Amino acid sequence: MEVNEDRKARINRLKWHCRRALLELDLVFDRFWERHEHDLDAQGEAALESLLELEDHDLWALVSGREVTDDSQQATMIQRLREVSPIANFE
Amino acid sequence: MNLNYTVRKFDAVIVGAGGAGLRAAIQLSEAGYRTAVLTKVFPTRSHTVAAQGGVAASLGNSEEDNWHWHMYDTIKGSDWLGDQDAVEFMCRKANEVVVELEHYGMPFDRLDNGKIYQRPFGGHMSNFGEKPVRRSCAAADRTGHAMLHAMYQRNVKVNTQFFVEWQALDLVRDAEGDVLGVTAMDMETGEIVVFHAKATIFATGGSGRIYYSSTNAFINTGDGLGMAARAGIPLEDMEFWQFHPTGVAGAGVLITEGVRGEGGILRNSAGERFMERYAPNAKDLASRDVVSRAMTTEINEGRGCGPNKDFVLLDITHLPPETIMKRLPGIHEIGIQFAGVDCLKEPLPVVPTCHYQMGGIPTNYLGQVVVPKDGNQSAPVQGFYAAGECACASVHGANRLGTNSLLDLLVFGKSAGETAVSELKSNVKAHKPLPQDSIDRTLARVNRLNHQKDGADVHQTRLAMQRTMQKHAGVFRFKDMLVEGVQRIDEIAGQVAQTQIKDKSQVFNTARIEALELDNLIEVAKATIVSANARTESRGAHVRDDATDTPETPDGRDDKNWLKHTLWYREGNRLDYKPVQMKPMSVDTIELKKRAY
Repeated sequence: MEVNEDRKARINRLKWHCRRALLELDLVFDRFWERHEHDLDAQGEAALESLLELEDHDLWALVSGREVTDDSQQATMIQRLREVSPIANFE
Repeated sequence: MNLNYTVRKFDAVIVGAGGAGLRAAIQLSEAGYRTAVLTKVFPTRSHTVAAQGGVAASLGNSEEDNWHWHMYDTIKGSDWLGDQDAVEFMCRKANEVVVELEHYGMPFDRLDNGKIYQRPFGGHMSNFGEKPVRRSCAAADRTGHAMLHAMYQRNVKVNTQFFVEWQALDLVRDAEGDVLGVTAMDMETGEIVVFHAKATIFATGGSGRIYYSSTNAFINTGDGLGMAARAGIPLEDMEFWQFHPTGVAGAGVLITEGVRGEGGILRNSAGERFMERYAPNAKDLASRDVVSRAMTTEINEGRGCGPNKDFVLLDITHLPPETIMKRLPGIHEIGIQFAGVDCLKEPLPVVPTCHYQMGGIPTNYLGQVVVPKDGNQSAPVQGFYAAGECACASVHGANRLGTNSLLDLLVFGKSAGETAVSELKSNVKAHKPLPQDSIDRTLARVNRLNHQKDGADVHQTRLAMQRTMQKHAGVFRFKDMLVEGVQRIDEIAGQVAQTQIKDKSQVFNTARIEALELDNLIEVAKATIVSANARTESRGAHVRDDATDTPETPDGRDDKNWLKHTLWYREGNRLDYKPVQMKPMSVDTIELKKRAY
């Protein structure tokens, strides 16, 4: 129970840190959490946390594919961010 | 469950750590006052980061320029709704605040001679509207970001105390109307604290999330406006919102005008190039407002695309792929990421998209929040200041010029800080006693949310508000739609008062934060649609179908009846008006004329 609550608090904190200065990133993270809230493991959490330390323009450069990172954990997370299905929210 | 709270005393509390908040804080901390800055996100992640164009100042580094010309352009841009004293103040102060910023370490682009490089920007002209002038100072395409860094570092140096990841809840205002601080919640613990202050400055940014399609980041939820409205402060000129014609439908991400410049074509559901009917010569390259209006007309008349027929298409499939990839870098990626469309093969879904809020909390050029009181149209509220997009000084009037927003937040952030310092030195020596009833109202609001059963879903209610605002009070406005929209938003406001959250946890409870943000958004939505419904003319960004173009009312602008500022009050959802300040500080009035470029 305590473990679950700890995870929930950690995820909630990460989710809030995904509130960014740029709309593009907000939208990507919004989709990411919809898809991956329940399957994000400790390694993924750590990779995401390190990416969230970046400045918004630098992070968007990675997510949009204009730049690449040497860090393999970060690169895996960037790939997951790029793969979440496009929003296409026209309902 | 009763909520507990603690009290912390500061000389000044500033809500918001974007450009305006950081600039105001420098002023107070440098003067030695204990200053707390509350912010939802880390300061350098404020939405000021998204500002790329630059900051306007008539430095004249590349060619002749002066503040008189800048003032003229700003008033003309505002469609004469800007207060001429505030506009003069801003344009005269521009050079000073830009040079200060340079001294804080801002890495402006340079000329070979070492001076700040300046580039031209829409609406900025030399010699009273004659030809474009180089007035914008920028740091590559990261001007806002560099600005925040420079000012944050300066604040650290002068010991400003930051409270990062705190959600401000309400103004604390006593029976005399004086503002004595804010209540706020620490997101990390859920703890509520009253920040008891002698000066309170709001710098909470814009509220673009009231619209379904908005370029604004998710944090732009009008928190300052909601708090001010609940405390009985009116909101000024909220009918005026700047829209961009081509945001990705359903996402809001901007598609640059360069796409149409390279040959992009707008099409309706029948595949028709509809701009040929609205602007036979310029077609898809007509001005922003003409294109936005045409798009809205197509959608309203049932020729929109998609299952809801609520967007049109921007088609570049006829262009060679190599041209798109070479000349429009980033568009292909944006199409895939945000529209699920490969724009080399399929057209992009686009809609006119909300970008900037011209109205806000009414202030004078000193940054003091002003309200009508005892016959004075602009009586300062003791202890309360506002600056930046959340405030209405009013310099942008009915329409803002590009690069004037960064200038606004520097000039009026500084001005609010300076005025607060001066008040603290001369008039306000001690903290007034905290009014319990004001604090209790906040606690009751949070308690209601924590315990609401069978209430409305926050996400669905926010979506209903955003769709209603987009449809009924968008870029082009229709009488019947506005009337209907007022009623619909009123119904949604009833649901907002009964929102429910399932997650009751204390640590970073994002569901609760989003519900509290919606409390603020709905006040902005009400102010916008009620003000827009009442203003029966067209002016600047507020364009109505039923405002006719006559010799007395060119382009629908009716100076005889509507050259005045709107004031919306939450109590009674009522409106009042006050005159536009047509007298500048030191020069002659810039007389009314038709706004034409």
